[in-house]
Amino acid sequence: MPDMTVVELSRLQFALTAMYHFLFVPLTLGLSFMIAIMESVYVMTGRDIWRRMTLFWGTLFGINFAMGVATGIVMEFQFGMNWSYYSQYVGDIFGAPLAIEGLMAFFLEATFVGLFFFGWDKLSKVKHLMVTWLVALGTNFSALWILIANGWMQYPVGAKFNPATMRMEITDFMAVMFNPVAQAKFVHTVSAGYVLGAVFVMAISAFYLLRGRHVDLAKRSMAVAASFGLAASLSVVVLGDESGYVTGENQKMKLAAIEAMWETEPAPAGFNAFAIPNQETRTNEYAVHIPWVMGLIGTRSFNTEIPGIDELVERAEERIRNGQVAYAALQQLRADRSDMHAKAMFDLHWQDMGYALLLKRYREDIGNATEQEIDKAAIDTIPRVAPLFWSFRLMAGVGFYFIAFFALAFWLATVRKLDRYRWFLKLALYSLPLPWLAIEAGWLIAEYGRQPWIIDGVLPTFLAASGLKLHQVIISLTGFVVIYTSLAVVDVYLLRKMILKGPDDMPGGERRPNHEGTPLAAASSTAA
Amino acid sequence: MDTIPLDYETLRLIWWLLLGILLIGFAVMDGFDLGVGALLPAVARTDAERRLVLNVIGPVWEGNQVWLIVGGAAIFAAFPALYAVSFSGFYLAMFLILFALILRPVGFKFRSKVEDKRWRAVWDWGLFIGGFVPALVFGVAMGNVLLGAPFHFDDTLRIYYTGGFFALLSPFALLCGLVSVSMLVAHGAAMLTIKTDGPVALRARRYGSLAALATAVLFVLAGIWVAFGITGHAIVGVTDTAAASNPLFKQVTSATGGWMANYQAMPWTWIFPALGVLGALLSALLLRAGRGGSAFLASALAIASIILTEGVAVFPFLLPSSTHPSSSLTLWDSSSSHMTLFVMLVVSCLFLPLILLYTSWVYRVLRGKVSPESLEQNHNSY
Repeated sequence: MPDMTVVELSRLQFALTAMYHFLFVPLTLGLSFMIAIMESVYVMTGRDIWRRMTLFWGTLFGINFAMGVATGIVMEFQFGMNWSYYSQYVGDIFGAPLAIEGLMAFFLEATFVGLFFFGWDKLSKVKHLMVTWLVALGTNFSALWILIANGWMQYPVGAKFNPATMRMEITDFMAVMFNPVAQAKFVHTVSAGYVLGAVFVMAISAFYLLRGRHVDLAKRSMAVAASFGLAASLSVVVLGDESGYVTGENQKMKLAAIEAMWETEPAPAGFNAFAIPNQETRTNEYAVHIPWVMGLIGTRSFNTEIPGIDELVERAEERIRNGQVAYAALQQLRADRSDMHAKAMFDLHWQDMGYALLLKRYREDIGNATEQEIDKAAIDTIPRVAPLFWSFRLMAGVGFYFIAFFALAFWLATVRKLDRYRWFLKLALYSLPLPWLAIEAGWLIAEYGRQPWIIDGVLPTFLAASGLKLHQVIISLTGFVVIYTSLAVVDVYLLRKMILKGPDDMPGGERRPNHEGTPLAAASSTAA
Repeated sequence: MDTIPLDYETLRLIWWLLLGILLIGFAVMDGFDLGVGALLPAVARTDAERRLVLNVIGPVWEGNQVWLIVGGAAIFAAFPALYAVSFSGFYLAMFLILFALILRPVGFKFRSKVEDKRWRAVWDWGLFIGGFVPALVFGVAMGNVLLGAPFHFDDTLRIYYTGGFFALLSPFALLCGLVSVSMLVAHGAAMLTIKTDGPVALRARRYGSLAALATAVLFVLAGIWVAFGITGHAIVGVTDTAAASNPLFKQVTSATGGWMANYQAMPWTWIFPALGVLGALLSALLLRAGRGGSAFLASALAIASIILTEGVAVFPFLLPSSTHPSSSLTLWDSSSSHMTLFVMLVVSCLFLPLILLYTSWVYRVLRGKVSPESLEQNHNSY
């Protein structure tokens, strides 16, 4: 078993680099579509303001995209660097969607993003528009395959453990691809990205309107963001509900932890609007309980029970015992591959073997685990409840807030009063950090809520780590913290500089006189 | 498994070839970006010249870097054990590559957005590191493949790596690193010769032809070292090429000069080292003559041949173990399952031609020299 300090630091490093990467990805997802919409309007109407909008938001998109690319490659490398046993154990399944992501999506977006910036005077309007849409499409396909990979970690379908190779192997590729958890996660995550993109455009446009600068551009950008944001915020909540429903089906422990539901309640279960969960005593303090709501969301029925944490721990204990049987059968199979009895026992119980592996934390020969150790391993299946409970409420609260916010914005856009109320513009501006908070909270729920598993029910996280030396992880972790912090400072500085400069002062906004000869300059002068 | 139309052995062989193709794709496509980055301080002295150089690769480097990302993911998908051992074993080397590669996208995007000498100088260094360091480390890694890495497995296939970072920097591995740097510098110089005029192109031709010559000489030196000073391995007995992937069921013999066995058994394979030297010399001559396009093709030929030379030498090994040769990874015992290899082959056959198609369209759109005037006109230039 790897050194626990190495495991914990590797987890910390993965969490930090993933959450950092995920500051940029959702903005790329949302902004790429809005830019494509703006450019489409430009191509259809030929009005230059829409071209300038495309250029302006495109410049901000570019800075963000660079950060996404820089931090994305780190994620791909880390599976092998810090989680080599994981890579060895499930690479047969998990590697495929990552490779397909590269072939199908990332090649597309990365190849055309260069042309988006450098192709303005080399391509016809329609061809450039096509390039922009391909970038948007590429970024979204990319999210699809990454979430298929991630969905499999949450709900490992279509695969079986092979005793000859000592790893999980694919049995049904279609099941992995059309994994219901992956599909639910994909639509929920990209919608969240669209909301974030829309809020970003709203906030910066509001900033301009508050200062009375670039009014035309800001109002039009806001109108696009308001409608895009309304559709996205509705879908993020509806599809988030779908995500919760699918979680209820597959990851009952995560759902129970999110709800801090220690005991099974008679159906339909209630919802804890407020509580202070106590992991030690496995009870809630100061709970504000709303009857029925949870049962309806989680099961969409009046009479299906949602199991509470205590009941799930009991089930885990049973699965640990079954897993011990499977593990013993595996040892026999490895000694004698023709042992038919061992094979039958293994086939019967292999799906519980992951639970027995939880015992590895306490002893190597897990067949001889004591009752006490089995108890401890069963309790280990409970994730940290309080952070999940609160992250979920933060995320859901922000989600509902943005439905209201965008409904208001959409209405103001319809009656053409987007710049009328200063309080609304201030609200839009100060809402800027909220979608990031919600998205990071969502990430935390999905991944921290999966603990102690790296692949739900199959492989415990602590077993998945590489056998690294402590100094190696300390060096890389420190290095990432230093370089990512510096990059964050530079990124914010540049974005701020570009926003303060605004679209007019930005080269390519208003054309300077010495460029009269270029077709774009001609187009802009006729439009002006 | 009866429904898979290609047998396991064939698929493993195809994936070994595909891995080679992706590696060559990366070295040829992203290789010139790395080479240009490494050349930046040498060929461009003024800010205007530097911007010129950066904008040669600016529009395309992002797409090119995907060859690396796809290459990494393809190793993960097709040879998970290789991915697991190399990425965790070479941990700090990988971190160094990441550090260097992080500097590139931000370097391009951030550098010219602020008009300040020191700011730009910092990013210029970043872009130089982002080109030079990966070129060097990838070469060092290839050298360490020939040397073998100190790793073994327990019976659950958990990996134990017993070496450290500085052990990777042996004289032979560094020599391989220099081969890599010089060949990518020559390749980058060819691209600069195609895309620029004036002093930058002149300097690129001068340094590029020197680098190409150095490539030929260092490559031959490394070859001699492999033949007479490096331990190579061979699998004992008949290999079951369709067996379940588990690297613990074979015996391996080792001998100095063992990597020459494939060349002795199949003399036609000498074509690869020969083309490696020839391509490098040819690109040196063509760079001197100012024929950028032909020089680019010649250096691409050199790169592909040099990579294939190593592939032939170590075949069927992917990553030998220096401490426990029987734990070595070969393409027969560390691949993915039959089905995964097949699915990934179908996906690759669908998308690789498409990728080549649209990439060449993009290069066609961007054809022609990059001039200082065109930089002024495009507000997005770096």
